[in-house]
Amino acid sequence: MAIQSILKATWSRKAIGTAVTLIAAICGSSAAQAQETFKIGIVSFLSGQAAESFGIPAVNGAKVLVDAFNKGAAPAPFNKAGFGGMKIEAVYVDENGGATKQIQELRNLYDREKVDAVVGYVGSGDCLAVAPVAEEMKKFLILYDCGTPRIFEDGKYNYVFRTASHATMDNVALARYLKAKDIKVGSFNMINQDYAWGQDSKKDFVWSMEKLYPNAKAGEDQLPKFGAGQYGTEISALMAKPADITHSSLWGGDLQAFILQAGPRGLFKRSQVILSAGDHVLPGLGDKMPDGVILGARGAYGLMSPKSGLNDWWWDLYSKAYNVYPVQAPYRMVQSLLGLKLAVEKAMASNGGKKPSAEQLAVALRNSEWDSPAGKIRMALGGGHQAVQETAIGKTRYDAGKKMVVLDDIMRFPADCVNPPANMKSEDWIKAGFAGAKGCP
Amino acid sequence: MALALVGALMPKWLTFLITMAAANGLVSLGIVVLMRGGVVPFGQGMVFAIGGYTAALMFNKMGITDALFLTLCGGVIAALVAAPFAPLLSRYRGIFFAMLTLALSMVTYGLLMKLEVLGGSDGFNLGRPTLLGYKLPDDQVGYIMYVLTITVSSIMALLARIYFDSTRGLITLATKENELRVEYLGGSVRYAMAINFILAAFCGGLGGALAVMALGHIEPGVSFWTTSGEFVFVAVLAGWQSVIALFVASVVLEVVRSFSSSYFPNTWQMALGIFLLIVIRFLPRGIGSLWVKGGTR
Amino acid sequence: MLTILIDGLTYASWLFIVALGLTLVFGVLKILNIAHGSFYALGAYAATSFVGWAGAMKWAPGYTLVAMLLAAVAVAALVAPLTERGLLRFFYGRDEVVLALVTYAMFLIMEDGTKLLWGANPYYVSEPYGLFGSIDIGTQTYVGYDFALVALALVVGFAVWWWLNRTQQGKIMIAVIHSSEIASSMGVNVSRVYMLAFSVGIFLAALGGAFTAPMISVQPGVSVGVIIVSFAVVIIGGLGSIEGAAIGALIVGLSRSMAVHMAPVAELFSIYVVMAVVLMFRPEGLFQRIQARKI
Repeated sequence: MAIQSILKATWSRKAIGTAVTLIAAICGSSAAQAQETFKIGIVSFLSGQAAESFGIPAVNGAKVLVDAFNKGAAPAPFNKAGFGGMKIEAVYVDENGGATKQIQELRNLYDREKVDAVVGYVGSGDCLAVAPVAEEMKKFLILYDCGTPRIFEDGKYNYVFRTASHATMDNVALARYLKAKDIKVGSFNMINQDYAWGQDSKKDFVWSMEKLYPNAKAGEDQLPKFGAGQYGTEISALMAKPADITHSSLWGGDLQAFILQAGPRGLFKRSQVILSAGDHVLPGLGDKMPDGVILGARGAYGLMSPKSGLNDWWWDLYSKAYNVYPVQAPYRMVQSLLGLKLAVEKAMASNGGKKPSAEQLAVALRNSEWDSPAGKIRMALGGGHQAVQETAIGKTRYDAGKKMVVLDDIMRFPADCVNPPANMKSEDWIKAGFAGAKGCP
Repeated sequence: MALALVGALMPKWLTFLITMAAANGLVSLGIVVLMRGGVVPFGQGMVFAIGGYTAALMFNKMGITDALFLTLCGGVIAALVAAPFAPLLSRYRGIFFAMLTLALSMVTYGLLMKLEVLGGSDGFNLGRPTLLGYKLPDDQVGYIMYVLTITVSSIMALLARIYFDSTRGLITLATKENELRVEYLGGSVRYAMAINFILAAFCGGLGGALAVMALGHIEPGVSFWTTSGEFVFVAVLAGWQSVIALFVASVVLEVVRSFSSSYFPNTWQMALGIFLLIVIRFLPRGIGSLWVKGGTR
Repeated sequence: MLTILIDGLTYASWLFIVALGLTLVFGVLKILNIAHGSFYALGAYAATSFVGWAGAMKWAPGYTLVAMLLAAVAVAALVAPLTERGLLRFFYGRDEVVLALVTYAMFLIMEDGTKLLWGANPYYVSEPYGLFGSIDIGTQTYVGYDFALVALALVVGFAVWWWLNRTQQGKIMIAVIHSSEIASSMGVNVSRVYMLAFSVGIFLAALGGAFTAPMISVQPGVSVGVIIVSFAVVIIGGLGSIEGAAIGALIVGLSRSMAVHMAPVAELFSIYVVMAVVLMFRPEGLFQRIQARKI
């Protein structure tokens, strides 16, 4: 009896029929590949909390840049149309939805959309999850934004690259800025989001301070939930035990809410607030941004970007299209695509002008260096897979005439001062007193 | 069997999609086990996470790499962890049951986020599993994981069918109609519900372990309430008549999600939401009602 | 000590305003509205638009509060009937969990909907935040607006309670809460009651969003954090109970305040643990209405 019903259920013709039809329909819809185009998959946050601050500006940067590339409108040495003559076609994927979803999307990009390269990922968790997948599939992947040093310190890759410095640089530079400007620090409070980014930023800062300000005491250690949005209680705690410095790696909507809530309560007057990644909130906040906040942009980006012909071209390109100057996220996208362009063209020069394979691209990008609007990018760590670049820290001031926040007292930190050397892990390097750091102001 | 053969011909992204759908389908199978008793768990993310983390931890810390063994362990450990809660949960019905399971899965989420030894909010990766002692060759890994997942799912589907037709399975069904009468007739409702809960946890753990091995990565996000919601959606979409419908439903959801993401990168959430509404509205008994005619089984 | 109490109170007031709508909708319609956070976000966005228009029409600064109130009313008046009549109505009578899934679909749709309408850029409406100046208590400086929210919470709570318990409309609604079948057999237009309750619930959610807008940057994603926290408050207090929502808000507010000031590491947990503990020992919440058992 039972067996009969089981057989009926499992071998029900309709069920099998449905399944097969479904599969056939799906197979029939996979896209065909053209030889004259180079297809890139670009993955960043199009929804969720990182969209406004990181994802959408980066994607906007990519769109306007790909357009310029295809027209051959970029300055030399980037002035070949497309990638070495091949038209660039970009496919955009939303990074929102969790790392498990991103792994599936990555596979879809390579297998179904048949992209030649993927440039993406803001979230460190997503980067850590997708890097091994691309490596296993032997497909070319560039991580353009995520901050965790773990990718190339805990793993070795042939096909995965990161074209921006990792996050160690941000907090080391902050601490060095304080020291270089001779700011007295007897104690410091911290407020960071309670997840990997916040916790790692906090640790980098604490270890750096241990070396540069051995007598400074760590005070409040606030860890609000990611996306909390309401910081009244944390602000009370920070002000109940005020410290010389208040450090934070908050970003996006959380940072904006924190500034709006802490400002009127006088936190910024009672303590010197330092933000490791705060530049992206400046255009939006305008005069609501308190003066005198020391902040970094995770690189020489936005208002702290070095003057050059390339930077001027990029700044105009982005500002004209979007009515706002580019902050850190689009800069990291542009340096990534510039590096990719040169790698493709270099690979094509060696293989006789054909579209390069993932292996050829990897060989071309490894250990290379190129100029970007944020300065020179050198693939110097992680066996030639991890970039280092210079960074800058500045101080905010609202300029009523220009009706925007400007940055004063900008100090630049060369790449070798704030990045670990090739043979050391970031944590060990900081704890060893920044062994081998060169060129620090 | 037919699916395994078809799998050899499918493009890689499709085998992967179906592997994930089958693994997720297992979790939803657990939900159906409970749904037949009239309660809907909103916390299957927890057992999925436990199964996944068990497999990943055993792989990384204990060096156990056999895929079948890891899957089994995932299921067993998830069932063991769920067992102490089963008697407690069997007392509740309706929205309270859903909320309590949701609360448990959020506490698990909080724990996983906090504990750095378990990878914290980034989670961690695991390498390629072996099968019965054989190392899996590079280009066949996807296909082999596919076959493994399909096989495990089919076995569980068969077992589920047998269970549903067994005494306890029928008692569960009766409980959905009218609990009091079941008690008066001598059946123990609480015992049945507790056993159901543990079985659902076992299924969820299996699904979690399989998914983790296919993905190569685990993170706390799988214990978040939105993940649990998706499992419940698949169960509702499938209805509780046909077990095959579950896996079809799971595939359908994965396909819709995947294609919305590609074609509507800016509005995939809206596309998914609209799809959900259409299904709930026009297929109230689930996909299973399309081919199982007549009678409430 | 005083700081902990004050912080707990201000946070609890915010929680109460935000969570009240959720408990009301569940109490009357038996729907767990997962889209509650999205209506909150809608209220916040609407407030930015309305305050912007008020500024363009050169209203006096104090009237920005009125603009925010109007924004919440507008959201409720436009969106609630549409949602209830146009969508939820088709699913009445189905299992509670199915309805919750419908609201989950609504949440997904509204997330992208607000993004389409207002774009992804952040909106600020911080002029109202400065309306009440600042207050010094001990060594701390507080923003007057936060205390105004406490007053708002009291007003709203009392208004809703009074409406439910002292007006005829409210008493009819309580009858429907206890048994919609019997109420309808007594001549009550149950579907009208449902729509009214739903509208009020949405209004309260939007009100929460509108009055929170001055303290945050309104952008995609503001709904997510609110859903879980409202949910916790409502579970602790008991679904459908106003007093419960108030007590639940106070418990969550105070426990979070204590965690932040004394053991910040535990902050992430405090809310889930309280929720789980209450559920294990008193799953109906602390103030559940007595439900008659039906055979």
